[in-house]
Parts: sequence; C-alpha cells; structure tokens
Amino acid sequence: MVGIVIVSHSKKLAEGVVEIARMMAAEAPLAAAGGLDDGGLGTSFERIAAAVEEVDQGDGVGVLMDMGSAVMTTEMVCEALDETRIRMLDAPLVEGAVLAAVEAQMGTSLDDIAAKIGEAREVHKIAADA
Amino acid sequence: MIDNKKMVEIMQAIAKRMEKEKEFLTELDNAIGDGDHGINLARGFAAVEQKLPQLADKDLGAILKGVGMALVSNVGGASGPLYGTAFMKAGGALKGETDIDAEKFAAAFEAGVDGIKMRGKAHEGEKTMLDAQCPALKALKEALAAGKDLKTAMGEAVAAAKDGVAYTKTIIATKGRASYLGERSIGHEDPGAMSSLMMLEEITRVL
Repeated sequence: MVGIVIVSHSKKLAEGVVEIARMMAAEAPLAAAGGLDDGGLGTSFERIAAAVEEVDQGDGVGVLMDMGSAVMTTEMVCEALDETRIRMLDAPLVEGAVLAAVEAQMGTSLDDIAAKIGEAREVHKIAADA
Repeated sequence: MIDNKKMVEIMQAIAKRMEKEKEFLTELDNAIGDGDHGINLARGFAAVEQKLPQLADKDLGAILKGVGMALVSNVGGASGPLYGTAFMKAGGALKGETDIDAEKFAAAFEAGVDGIKMRGKAHEGEKTMLDAQCPALKALKEALAAGKDLKTAMGEAVAAAKDGVAYTKTIIATKGRASYLGERSIGHEDPGAMSSLMMLEEITRVL
C-alpha cells in the first residue's frame, strides 16, 4: 500500500487530519508530521523524513502539506530521498487526505493517486451549480 | 581571500547578530507575518554555531552545505528551507574550494539567490528577502566589474540591500504569509529582507 504523510505547521492539525482520514481508511499507512520537536509551530525536515520512512511499505509515499514552509521543507525532503518513491500531492489538506487514504487502502498506485488527487480540489462544499 | 577560517568567522558573526536581533525581527514579523522570524533564525543559527567546530577544517563548499542543512533542520519556518537552500547552493558553487577570490564569492552569492528564487518560486517585487538580495547582488557584480575590491563592493551591496528593505515598506506582499494581508502589508518592512540585510552587513564587516 502507498503510505500517506500529513505535514502541517501544527502537531494537532496534522494528527487531526490523520484521525479523519483513518476514519475512512483504517488500514492505510498514515503518519502525521506536524510542528517542531519542542511541540511549537513550524515544519521539521527530520519529522517529515521520519514519517515518510514510517509509512513506506515499498509502494511509495504521498505527502500532503498545509502551506508555506510545509511545502518547501517537504520539497527538500523529496530531494534528499529517492524521488521515485515520494510524491507531493497538491490538494486541500482534509479532502486530499481522505481521498488519498481511501485510494491507498484500495491498493491504488502512487502515480494513480497523484493523478487523481486533483479531484479533491473540485469538491464543492456548497452547491456550485446554483 | 576567503578561506575556511574566514568563512567560519562569517558564520559566527551572523549567528551572533541573529541572536541579538531576534526580538526586533520577530516584532517586524508580528506586524505582517506569523511572528516567528527572529526566534526561528536565532534557533537555526544557534544550531549552525554548534555544528561549526565539526565543519571548520572542511572546504568552503562543505562548510556552507553544513550550514544550510543545519538551517533546514532547525529553523522551522519558511526561512529554513529558503536560507537553507541558499547556503547549500552557494556551497555547491564552491565545492572543493579552500580559498576564494571576489569573483568566486559573487558566483556563490548568485547561486544562493537563484536557490531562493527556485525554492520560493519567487522573484523581486513581492516583498520578500529577494528585494534585499537581488539589488545587493547586482551592486556587488557592478562594483567588482568596475575594479573595486571585495570589501568595497560588498559595502555597495549592503547599501543597495538597505534601499531594498526600505522599498519593501512601500509595496504589497504577494508571496508568503504577509500576502493574506493584501494592502495592509504596506507600511511595514519585510522581515526576511531585513534579516538578509543583516547577514550581508555581517559578511562585509568580517571581510
């Protein structure tokens, strides 16, 4: 199964997003990489890299990020690790996490999850056709 | 002209300055950002300072790469990957070098600025650290081309960076956290431009 990592400035937010995604996909390998080691707000290269290692079962890892340094720090982790097995997924954090986790649990490949993640951006919370 | 001893001295000077200015930088960031710039950079450069003894005997490329990695791992905010990339790219430009002249210094500076543009997907005029660094790089290259020595040329670069910081006060932020404030970001100096100016001042002082 593809592993999914949630990167956020906030430890609580990352863990909360994992919690919501796990509700839909209990079997999917999910890990939160939120905040700094001291619990403060920020993103940590080491925590992201460790989370990637944790969920990597050999089928690759998709990473979802909140904003700013979360994206840039994840980019640096991707450059430092083998880029063929780790992909940044560009989507709203919660919707993207649920979609990615469900797909991962169904055995979808990392390439297909990356291609499909854009759908999470098209989900309207309020009727768009009105 | 700049050997490993000088490079370590430069990094120590930057680390001291960041510690000294952390409240001021954080105040600037409180106004238009998430209020962590000074604290983050002070923490990052404290880690750099700790790591310097292990780097001191290495070549300039390895020293700068080590500095960049320490920043990426310890800053926590956007300035971590940005300054981290800058120092790592500058290190890449000085791979295996043990003593560099003004031209090589300028080339490393340019590689660093290009790294920040790449990492931040940013360019001048967006109220970021690039608004101090790009004019500084341009002034440095022009002064060197005019035959001035490195210290004098860096003096001109610092002056250009100062103007750049003042310019950030007049424009709207379109990159980074401050961009959420739109027009309300006008009237405040960009904290990243300010920290860049401080680093350039320290480099120039040590030269």
